[in-house]
Amino acid sequence: MSALTVRGVHSAYGPVPVLEGIDLDIADGSITAIVGPSGCGKTTLLRVIAGFESPHPGSVFIGDRQVCGDGVWVPPHRRGLGYVAQDGALFPHLTVAQNIAFGLPRDQRRSRAGSRSRITELLELVSLDPDYAGRRPDQLSGGQQQRVSLARALAPRPGVVLLDEPFSALDAGLRASTRAAVAEVLAGQGVTTLLVTHDQAEALSFADQVGVMSAGRLTQIGPPRQVYEAPLDLATAAFVGEAVTLPGVLADSVAECALGGVPVQAVSPAAGHGGPGTVLLRPEQIELTDSPPEGPDSAAEAVFGVVEDVDYYGHDTMLTIRLDEPGSSVISLRHTGTAAPDVGTKVRLRVRGTARWFPAGG
Amino acid sequence: MPATLSPADAQVAETGQRTHLPARGGRGRRWVRRQRGRGHRAPLGVAIAAFAVAALSLVPLGYILVQTLATGWDQAYALIVRPRVGELLRHTVALVSVTVTATVLLGVAAAWLVERTDLPLRRLWAVLFAMPLAIPAFVTSYGWVSLYPSIEGLRGAGLITTFAYFPFVYLPVAAVLRRLDPALEESARSLGHGPVAVLVQVVLPQLRTAVLGGALLVGLHLLAEYGALQMIRYSTFTTAIMEQYQSTFNGAAATMLAAVLVSLCLLLITADVLLRGRGRYARLGSGVARPAPRVRLGRATPLALLAAAAVCGLAIGVPFVSVGRWLALGGAGLWTAPELLPAVLSTLTLGLYAAAVTTAIALPVAWLAVRHRGWGSTLMERCTYLASAVPGIVVALAFVTVAIRYARPVYQSTLLIVLAYALLFLPRAMVSLRAGIEQAPPELDEAAKALGSSPLRVFGRVSLPLIAPAIAAGAALVFMAVVTELTATLLLAPTGTRTLATQFWSSSSAIDYAAAAPYALLMIVLSIPVSWFLLVQSHRMAGR
Repeated sequence: MSALTVRGVHSAYGPVPVLEGIDLDIADGSITAIVGPSGCGKTTLLRVIAGFESPHPGSVFIGDRQVCGDGVWVPPHRRGLGYVAQDGALFPHLTVAQNIAFGLPRDQRRSRAGSRSRITELLELVSLDPDYAGRRPDQLSGGQQQRVSLARALAPRPGVVLLDEPFSALDAGLRASTRAAVAEVLAGQGVTTLLVTHDQAEALSFADQVGVMSAGRLTQIGPPRQVYEAPLDLATAAFVGEAVTLPGVLADSVAECALGGVPVQAVSPAAGHGGPGTVLLRPEQIELTDSPPEGPDSAAEAVFGVVEDVDYYGHDTMLTIRLDEPGSSVISLRHTGTAAPDVGTKVRLRVRGTARWFPAGG
Repeated sequence: MPATLSPADAQVAETGQRTHLPARGGRGRRWVRRQRGRGHRAPLGVAIAAFAVAALSLVPLGYILVQTLATGWDQAYALIVRPRVGELLRHTVALVSVTVTATVLLGVAAAWLVERTDLPLRRLWAVLFAMPLAIPAFVTSYGWVSLYPSIEGLRGAGLITTFAYFPFVYLPVAAVLRRLDPALEESARSLGHGPVAVLVQVVLPQLRTAVLGGALLVGLHLLAEYGALQMIRYSTFTTAIMEQYQSTFNGAAATMLAAVLVSLCLLLITADVLLRGRGRYARLGSGVARPAPRVRLGRATPLALLAAAAVCGLAIGVPFVSVGRWLALGGAGLWTAPELLPAVLSTLTLGLYAAAVTTAIALPVAWLAVRHRGWGSTLMERCTYLASAVPGIVVALAFVTVAIRYARPVYQSTLLIVLAYALLFLPRAMVSLRAGIEQAPPELDEAAKALGSSPLRVFGRVSLPLIAPAIAAGAALVFMAVVTELTATLLLAPTGTRTLATQFWSSSSAIDYAAAAPYALLMIVLSIPVSWFLLVQSHRMAGR
């Protein structure tokens, strides 16, 4: 097993920069996801690491071994990486077993018993019946193809596995189950993994470390919870999840905004001084409270609004609410109760936890 | 290639892969594609091989150029600007226009009937529509002439060549129709387009590469056709050049005619380049495309059956009936001619050699053209098309002249004629190989590299098995072409070597139609298994 290190990787198609100085450290045996919109350069980064493209300039290290940069160039087939492509890229002319055995050393491939036991082992690892060994790729479903592709990538026991949007071609149900199965296999094998995806939920649930990429740069990298709860800028915040942003004025770690006084944490100590700025909340931080107790204290802090739209998702409901205040801001919140209010209902709102504070002009 | 890559290496061959950048209009995208794939430029060995093939294929053209220059401007002008040349130009252009149009209409219609309608006996029609490939054009011509001696002129020439050549359009179009993703058509239907609009706006544009490839092949064959047209005395540049050569060996007049003819070929090729575009046709995505739903012919069924039968009758029936009649008239004595067996053996030998050599030298050029698109690889690919655009007679005389001057030992050798065949039939192998390589997605090569296979082994373990059907199909096409090649063989065959085609020609030129019949039948018999194989391959390549 080995760590993966990327240093100062640039890439461009002619005058169009695609990667602008990527630095990335992936600890031995951990799982990192790079998430970003299409065209942000995440697939190019993966292809640079795999050796299908070369950086201009930049270095990639697998463990202690430099594979590109500083005049070094190790071609893809000598890098010892596992690679799972978007659509599986199974060889259509080979059976499942032959696909999986493809990367095994020749002598192991030739000895039938040796390769067969390894193939059975790998099929079991990815939860496929050993009977599938004799099938052709076109006789498998999309999810099964991806599992075979993963088994094929793991067969030569690589230290690092690269996954290029491997679940995006699958339907929702299959996607969640395949993703969980793959994560389990990778964690169980202790393989250093890099996943690129445009699906933030996938990145957050799959990885130990999430990098957010935008226009060829990593804007933030850290544990999923940190990226989601403490984003470094509003664009990143909006990309990794739904965001409620309201203008406000900060004083003593409390921001006055349309939702009243909200305790906040600033992006940096320097940003914590008073002044105008933006409050960022996640929809699940705002909740409905029961009919207001008509006490003098609470009345001052009470925030009311009218439900404008209800989107029912089954497990929860997104409510769009127009606030009952001079600016009549519109916010959305995630309501997890069993009974959601109807459109036009007047509701009382409360904020849970601390919000994120971005000072104006920062 | 293991490469020491420098940032300055920006101008390297492109790979033609999908780009992950957002599209910004045609120009930007093309440029991006050219820049892509610096990490894996074209392997040096492949590039050198392709370059050598391209250079070899320029020998006949170089010959014409040198001869033209040696002729001098005044004499060249006098030889080109004269009424005879104008007449030949009219004949040639008229024939190419008529036959290319007719073959495209007939080929597309036949492919659509077989692949997209509920026409009864589809499998039989699929075989029969490919059959004319197994019958040399000059045998078709012989069939018509010996049944209707009065056949002549543009009408006769257009009729004969259309039915002889329409499979060149039918086969690739049928293959594409078979694997078109029906989801595209369904989307168009749901967007409110009727069946006819979908056919015109969605299906036909996707057939463009196949139709253009077929039409180019038909056009080039027409420009180089000798036997079929000579048989009905329809004079084109090629027959006129042959006449000139026969009277004055390789005089200036013939060379000038050849120069005009080659210009016409260049025109065709340029039109093809301009029309073909730069699309990528490898199918991405998992799973296999569903077969498309078939159009119900309903009450039009008898009419469609009648049309299909008429096409087959004219294309296959006429030559078969004719050959059969002459065989019956000639009796058993025809089969005891002492020349028969040696002709079969030498035809087989030359065909197999040429098939092997041609596909081997076509592979690097086709590979570069698909996987490393760029002006260099396109240029090399076009060079190989150029060679076939030069009529067989000119290629042959160029080879004779060059061999006598610079490589005396290969003169009158099998090597020389095999090389000439290879140049003449490179495009046949190229069309097939190109299609096969376009079907093998580069993503699979990347997957294989990531699994530890070196570029050479990736080729052997992934690319080669995937394109093997295309290679076999290309080799089969070349073999069949050699079996029925007449013009170059007449000039280049080593002394004493007689092939089926030359034996057929000498008999039918002497109006001994009966003596020619066994050779015609043997050429067809040799070609039928190959045609059958090609048909099976085209189904297999479509993933069935």
